[in-house]
Amino acid sequence: MREIRYFEALNEALAEEMRRDPDVFLMGEDIGLFGGTFRVTEHLLAEFGAKRVRDTPIAEAGIVGLAIGAAMGGLRPVPELMTMNFAIVAMDQIINHAAKLRYMFGGQLRLPITLRAAGGGGTQKGAQHSHSIESWFVNSPGIRVVIPSTPSDAKGLLKTSIRSDDVVLFIEHEMLYSTKGAVPDGEHLVPLGVADVKRRGSDVTIVAWSKMVHEALRAADALAVEGIEAEVLDPRTLDPFDWEALHESVARTRRCVVAEEGWRTVGVGAEIAARLQERFFYELDAPVQRVGAVDVPTPYAKGLEQAALPHADDIVRAVLKITT
Amino acid sequence: MIPAADQVEMYRLMLLIRRLEERVAEMYSEQRIGGFTHLYIGQEAVAVGAITALNHDDPVIDTYRDHGHFLARGGDPRRFMAELFGKATGICRGKGGSMHLADVERYFYGGTGIVGGSIPIAVGLALACQYRGDDRIVVCFFGDGATNQGVWHEALNFAKLWSLPVIFICENNFYGIGTDVRLSSSLSEVHKKASGYGMPGFRVDGMDVLAVRQLCEEVVKTVRGGAGPVLIEAVCYRYQGHSMTDPGRYRARAEEELWRKRDPIPRLAKSLVGDAITTDERLHEIEREIEAATEDAVAFAESSPDPSPESLYEDVHSERHPGDPHA
Repeated sequence: MREIRYFEALNEALAEEMRRDPDVFLMGEDIGLFGGTFRVTEHLLAEFGAKRVRDTPIAEAGIVGLAIGAAMGGLRPVPELMTMNFAIVAMDQIINHAAKLRYMFGGQLRLPITLRAAGGGGTQKGAQHSHSIESWFVNSPGIRVVIPSTPSDAKGLLKTSIRSDDVVLFIEHEMLYSTKGAVPDGEHLVPLGVADVKRRGSDVTIVAWSKMVHEALRAADALAVEGIEAEVLDPRTLDPFDWEALHESVARTRRCVVAEEGWRTVGVGAEIAARLQERFFYELDAPVQRVGAVDVPTPYAKGLEQAALPHADDIVRAVLKITT
Repeated sequence: MIPAADQVEMYRLMLLIRRLEERVAEMYSEQRIGGFTHLYIGQEAVAVGAITALNHDDPVIDTYRDHGHFLARGGDPRRFMAELFGKATGICRGKGGSMHLADVERYFYGGTGIVGGSIPIAVGLALACQYRGDDRIVVCFFGDGATNQGVWHEALNFAKLWSLPVIFICENNFYGIGTDVRLSSSLSEVHKKASGYGMPGFRVDGMDVLAVRQLCEEVVKTVRGGAGPVLIEAVCYRYQGHSMTDPGRYRARAEEELWRKRDPIPRLAKSLVGDAITTDERLHEIEREIEAATEDAVAFAESSPDPSPESLYEDVHSERHPGDPHA
């Protein structure tokens, strides 16, 4: 299988879906002439023209609002918010409108919107540009949350998201764009709500998504040296969540560590840990552990930033705590 | 000249809105309607004058004071009242209530409870019209308070930048809840804000349905012709408080009485009879028909079933997954 980079996989997905459906169009800041700040929309303006690859003002709430209206009008918008940090500017349109209108109107509407944005920190961009806030959206019914960790998942999930008739928040990761991975040739779709086992193991289940999948795989390599076989489960979508796959894995390993880049307090990991103890309290061999960012705004200085964000060694420590 | 039949229909629509809302107020006092309920009484000429100037498939989108626009668009009084009663037969299956009436079959994309929230959505609807190359135009209603919100400015900028077919109609009733527009807006004459975006802005007497209709017909023509967006400020007055729980202590009784003297419904009735467009008798007949329709709507709402417990889980998404909440 050919190997391509994460941003190239996303670019392929956009181009393929735009060729397939003339109602699919892109809008966002610097996505046209500039080619996207993370190169995801490179060359698309040349192929599809300014009608379907629309450079916008820096007006995130407006961008999301326009996408909602365009979807009401029968189109299939794929707006880009550049980063999750700027999604915060658009929260009213995302949460109060995109995620609620269909329900409030008794199902009269379909809103096929795929809202793309890059999340995550680790590149010294400071507190306002390092957010991993997927938990905010998982906490709000009415919006799907898709968060791929590999080029293959990125491509397959983006294509499925665009074809979905629902509002999808598609969270990429700034530090994954240049990572390479095998991506199948031809039509490649990954369904929403289906987790993927990134590594098989029998001693502990590590649940991780986005960049933390790679930290978890590094942790699993280190643990293997110690004779501990970790399973790495990537849910790939946080809403819908593949609880069945998680239950199946934890029923075998009887131990679980959740690793997320977002802050630990009231994070997605907290929900996963809560659900696991509700279901497996008597089967678990140890309490579910959570790895996440330290609860401080992300600092600039490299050393401080790295201390704030979770890494493979934090996962190793969490696993060792419940396996030895 | 607005055709005689249209003028009579405009009278009927204004009176229908008025009488239905009077019943809504009663039903609210009897606690058969809950939540927030914002009455449109006094402003009927704006919805009716503007919406009757449109084609049936021109999208209309709204704010939370949405009863009048829903009904002017031809929405069913029964399903309107049933929605307010929170019944399964409501236009939104009892999921929306007073602030979130929508009737997508009639291209009415509903009310939002967030001030200004629907304005960029209106611009997106207009983008869809332009994208598809059809000649439909969008009308967006909101109040004076919304013109101080950030998204209002973003939306007007987008609309003009991309020359989109949208008419922004600001119903300036002078109060954002209880705060006078002069205390909240750097330009209390809202139509002048249009110049900041290089688009035309007009002001019209929102208590005169024929004036609203006349202006809207002209504006609709230019916008449909591709001239880009327009802002209309309709100066009007709501007779009731901001919502049913507002006693209105912030304004003088004399001011209210002055505006009631300009009530759009008797004003139109006078010219309809005076100009021999119709007869007093016909107007009384319309009144009786509306009274019957109002009683029928209330009876329908009362006798309708509550939403089923399973419906709680429906309509969140169009595609359901195993992990989603279910009954």
